[in-house]
Amino acid sequence: MGSPMKIRASVKDGVTEIKVLMGHEMETGQRKDANGAVIPAWFINEVTAKLDGKMVMQAQWGPSISKNPYLAFKVKGGKAGDKVSVTWVDNKGDTRTDEAAVT
Amino acid sequence: MTQRLMERRQILTFLGTLAAAGFVLPRMAFANWDKVAFEAKTMDEALKALGAGTPATSGDVQIVASDIAENGAVVPIQAISKLPNTERIAILVDKNPSMLAASFDLTPETIPEVTARIKMGQTSNVVVLVKADGKFYAASKEIKVTLGGCGG
Repeated sequence: MGSPMKIRASVKDGVTEIKVLMGHEMETGQRKDANGAVIPAWFINEVTAKLDGKMVMQAQWGPSISKNPYLAFKVKGGKAGDKVSVTWVDNKGDTRTDEAAVT
Repeated sequence: MTQRLMERRQILTFLGTLAAAGFVLPRMAFANWDKVAFEAKTMDEALKALGAGTPATSGDVQIVASDIAENGAVVPIQAISKLPNTERIAILVDKNPSMLAASFDLTPETIPEVTARIKMGQTSNVVVLVKADGKFYAASKEIKVTLGGCGG
């Protein structure tokens, strides 16, 4: 399930800015543990975002995205009270969706 | 040869029919992770996998990031496209084992400005690739890393 995302969305001059902070290890598969064994890759590889039920962004990520990923982007339109919904899926098939209202 | 071409055409037509009928969705949610592009070992391979070939260098593609990253584990990057009809923005790190960090597919409503934080193993060129109106454009910026982000 992962830990909850922090989503902030605010509208100004007809543009909604969406900022998302996700909780995820984003393990690259390059690192080794104390015994020299490779730590398997574990990272978010798909992110989708909806504003008011409409898809506004679909992203594919690799392990080069930092631990606890941050994402910010802007969308034309939107109004206070609109629902922002963000979903991620990781390479182990785990997924999480969180929502916030535009302020 | 003609026979083979005919077969090929029939197969393509068949696939086209399937797509039109909605059996093969062009972008199926959550099943479209581009393994080839993400596992590319060289910049040329990654660009090829993304269908970019040799993108034109464009001043309309901008990378906003500091010149020196003190911590390679967390390097904030803002990728901006000033090109009309920007459909996709990708961020690549030349010297990372996983070169392609992220690829963002945008809608016409999305403003082509995305911010993310990436890992950098060492000082490297960061490339932002933009697909706009079906064509590819790129910009590159060297970011110096004082402490690598892949050692832990």
